[in-house]
Amino acid sequence: MSPKQTPSQTIGPFFHYGLNPVEANYPHTQIAGSCLVSPETEGECIRLTGRVFDGKGVAVEDALVEIWQANAAGRYQHPNDARVGRALDHSFSGFGRCGTGAQEDGRFSFLTIKPGSGQAGHAPFISVTVFMRGLLNHVYTRVYFDDEVEANAADPVFRNIDEERRSTLLARRCDSPAGVEYVFDIHMQGNQETVFFDL
Amino acid sequence: MSKLSKLSRRSWTSHPSYIDEGYKSTTLRGPSKNLVAIDPELAELTGPAFGPEAIGALDHDLTRNGRVNGEPIGERIVVTGQVLDDCGNTLPNTLIEIWQANAAGRYVHKKDQHDAPLDPNFLGAGRCLTDAEGRYHFYTIRPGAYPWGNHHNAWRPNHIHFSLFGPTIATRLVTQMYFPGDPLLAFDPIFESIPEAARNRLICDFSLDVTEEGFALGYVFNIVLRGTAATPMEEG
Repeated sequence: MSPKQTPSQTIGPFFHYGLNPVEANYPHTQIAGSCLVSPETEGECIRLTGRVFDGKGVAVEDALVEIWQANAAGRYQHPNDARVGRALDHSFSGFGRCGTGAQEDGRFSFLTIKPGSGQAGHAPFISVTVFMRGLLNHVYTRVYFDDEVEANAADPVFRNIDEERRSTLLARRCDSPAGVEYVFDIHMQGNQETVFFDL
Repeated sequence: MSKLSKLSRRSWTSHPSYIDEGYKSTTLRGPSKNLVAIDPELAELTGPAFGPEAIGALDHDLTRNGRVNGEPIGERIVVTGQVLDDCGNTLPNTLIEIWQANAAGRYVHKKDQHDAPLDPNFLGAGRCLTDAEGRYHFYTIRPGAYPWGNHHNAWRPNHIHFSLFGPTIATRLVTQMYFPGDPLLAFDPIFESIPEAARNRLICDFSLDVTEEGFALGYVFNIVLRGTAATPMEEG
């Protein structure tokens, strides 16, 4: 008989010194943080920011947000993606972590690159996983980019979502002298509830 | 793009519901709409991989990795087990991160205001990679129970938080390990949020075989992630 899945539990409020200790100023190393790029990283450098709102519209200040994405060539740093037609970028792992409590307004903020499209006919996107106190199973969503109108319209995942909910997956591009920022707010509940995937 | 037909679904008979009346903060934080189905062939079949460079020499030993001027206070324990998937495969080289309260039931975390002593020699965080057979091994201190604000006289049972990756982001798991015979389990809405038939999967087993003579009691906690048998991504 096959073994059965271990149940999920909440991450609780006290994960920071274990999971993102450097960012939260604890004396421990971390496996990943909110900066995914170095000067060598190929691609358009972007800041991905946003907040996580609860059912009352209050910004959650103890969530952990993880992102995972392809590099600028659309390739993932992973053994399942051995497509030689797309170059690996050894300065880019594609994984980042950020807590929402470090900034006053509960914002998360990643410094990364805009991913390339992972496949012909697919829009570029960033996978997002959210954990927090009061969330018994983590949620999966995706960041699509609001300036990729044509690619999004053709994307087989994006176009399959109910039209009135698609906008919850769009990050809003804001250009400033500081650089390119995409804003992606996550709403756990309510009229604007973000699309979470049964991944 | 990718063939994920053999990726096991999240088993909703094993996991809690998002909204749980007993655990109050779920009512505003759990999604209220249904999750949106995603074609398995279009789902993520990759995720971050971590190697030995991510692990420090003392990261698996919480009895030593936070020492300042002596040994941490409390009962030393060994926590070990095997990481499998629900197809029965063992999962080598997967990252496990843990964090926990100290023996007095106090977290190092700045926001933990429980009036119990901090231990200057205990951080309460560690990590390791599973070996070639999917096994892991931590030394730590048995964590204490602590009160929380969910309801009158609410106490969390002794527990250690676990975070695992597995081969893709779809196999990600964050959970908590509990101890056998803990009288607080029956009163804990977080533990009770799990479907009844699956609850005992989060309770470790005491093992005299794992117990180290004269040093530490041994507990075994096996962990089962979703199975994947993904085929490689195609060029395109």
